[in-house]
Amino acid sequence: MKTGLNPHMTRRSMLEGVAVGTVAPLTKSEAASRTDAGAEPALDVMLEVNGKRHALTLDPRTTLLDALREHLDLTGSKKGCDHGQCGACTVLADGRRVLSCLTLAAAVRGPVTTIEGLAEDGRLHPMQQAFIDQDAFQCGYCTPGQIMSAVGCVQEGHAEADADIREYMSGNLCRCAAYPNIVAAIRQAKPLMRRS
Amino acid sequence: MRPFAYQRAQDVAGAVKAGGTFLAGGTTLLDLMKLDVMRPSLVVDINDLSREFAAIESGPQGLRLGALVPMSEAARHPAILRDYPVISQSLVLAASAQLRNMATLGGNVLQRTRCSYFRDPSWSRCNKRDPGSGCAALDGINRKHAVLGTSPNCIATYPGDFAQALIALDAVVEIAGPQGARRLAFAKLHVAPGDDPSIETTLSPGEMITAFVVPPLSFARRSLFLKIRDRQSYEFALASAAVALDLEGDRVREARIALGGVATRPWRSREAESDLKGKVLNEANARGAAQTAFSSAVTHGGNDFKPELGRRTLVRALLQARAMEAV
Repeated sequence: MKTGLNPHMTRRSMLEGVAVGTVAPLTKSEAASRTDAGAEPALDVMLEVNGKRHALTLDPRTTLLDALREHLDLTGSKKGCDHGQCGACTVLADGRRVLSCLTLAAAVRGPVTTIEGLAEDGRLHPMQQAFIDQDAFQCGYCTPGQIMSAVGCVQEGHAEADADIREYMSGNLCRCAAYPNIVAAIRQAKPLMRRS
Repeated sequence: MRPFAYQRAQDVAGAVKAGGTFLAGGTTLLDLMKLDVMRPSLVVDINDLSREFAAIESGPQGLRLGALVPMSEAARHPAILRDYPVISQSLVLAASAQLRNMATLGGNVLQRTRCSYFRDPSWSRCNKRDPGSGCAALDGINRKHAVLGTSPNCIATYPGDFAQALIALDAVVEIAGPQGARRLAFAKLHVAPGDDPSIETTLSPGEMITAFVVPPLSFARRSLFLKIRDRQSYEFALASAAVALDLEGDRVREARIALGGVATRPWRSREAESDLKGKVLNEANARGAAQTAFSSAVTHGGNDFKPELGRRTLVRALLQARAMEAV
């Protein structure tokens, strides 16, 4: 089917193009106040993400979430609230689930795993498969964070009972309220994760 | 977020002399920097000091918790679960799993209030953010605000849970600073708002918490943290109680009582403790102690319900602690 779209254009790059096209030009004084004149010098940051090392030069203010999304094109981790309240940005850092929106990229020490790094050899991680099997999402926006948090939850040993799962997943909000199915997905994936 | 310089401290001497704002877990700092409430020009990352300050030691000398221990690690430590359940519970019931993995114990006790007027600079009146500007909460939406330790200048609630366990157990804080190291009773770390709510602790510029020491207390095995909130998980306390009981039969030899969610600072109620001493622990006497604990409460409309909620929380906590297995 002919769509007239560049076949290499992703939904994201198209949205970006649209957004750029609709931004009003800054006035001179606005532009002056937004220059980086007062900014601190950029930092050289080495990030290991999903087994690959990346040398980045970043503004000190860059969060791990922004480094992943804006600099490494890993847009699976989502920016929901950007204040550590919703869990959509959850990644594993040094094996522990953390909020990438409240982590400075420059302060990251250990290796980072994002949703893009879970599948192995084209095979979905048991938790990813379980979310599909159990219909554990509707809109999908919170899902990468839910899955990363769920992996952490099982690895910490906090998925023994449904009440535990609910308590230890409470940092991941789902406005579609897929909660019962998320609990079911974690229950499904837990024994498979042990085996793998 | 405003521009800032970022440095990593290699040792404690370098950290305290750098003259910046310390970054550990970052869960409060990054949040408040994004809100433009905190505006540090220099952020000093102290996470490399975890080599020195991230141990948990438990023994006859009591419990020693490095300031850089993550909340989640302390919460699941076997000796803490066994000997100081109130500490573990106060940590597990706080924040979310992700935040508990990030936030450190030292940072946790220094977290800032959740007062909406403090967190939103578009409100011009906040004595904590802008000394002398007034307090929008006094006649604003103050359902979650404090009723104990308030002043005419600020009624912002101290939001933490862990601090109630520490103050109940007579913990001591170890501090490093440009002038050297010192020790301080945890009860003397935080100050009530008084005339200047922007001053929240007795730490001097450059000073850093390095550890908490909880003295041995055999009856701390009979201790618990009860937290009452708007939803079942991942929410700040409307009212909480940290209690430890030394019982002889059903009579109280000694009680430790701290209250959260209702006060402007970590709140120990020694009045309620002495009220209970020597009495049989039953509902009537627990209720009496709770009346004493809130006798100085001051409310501001939206939080009129808090003294009664706080009293009921304390009564339930005391009766639950009584029911714990004998130690």
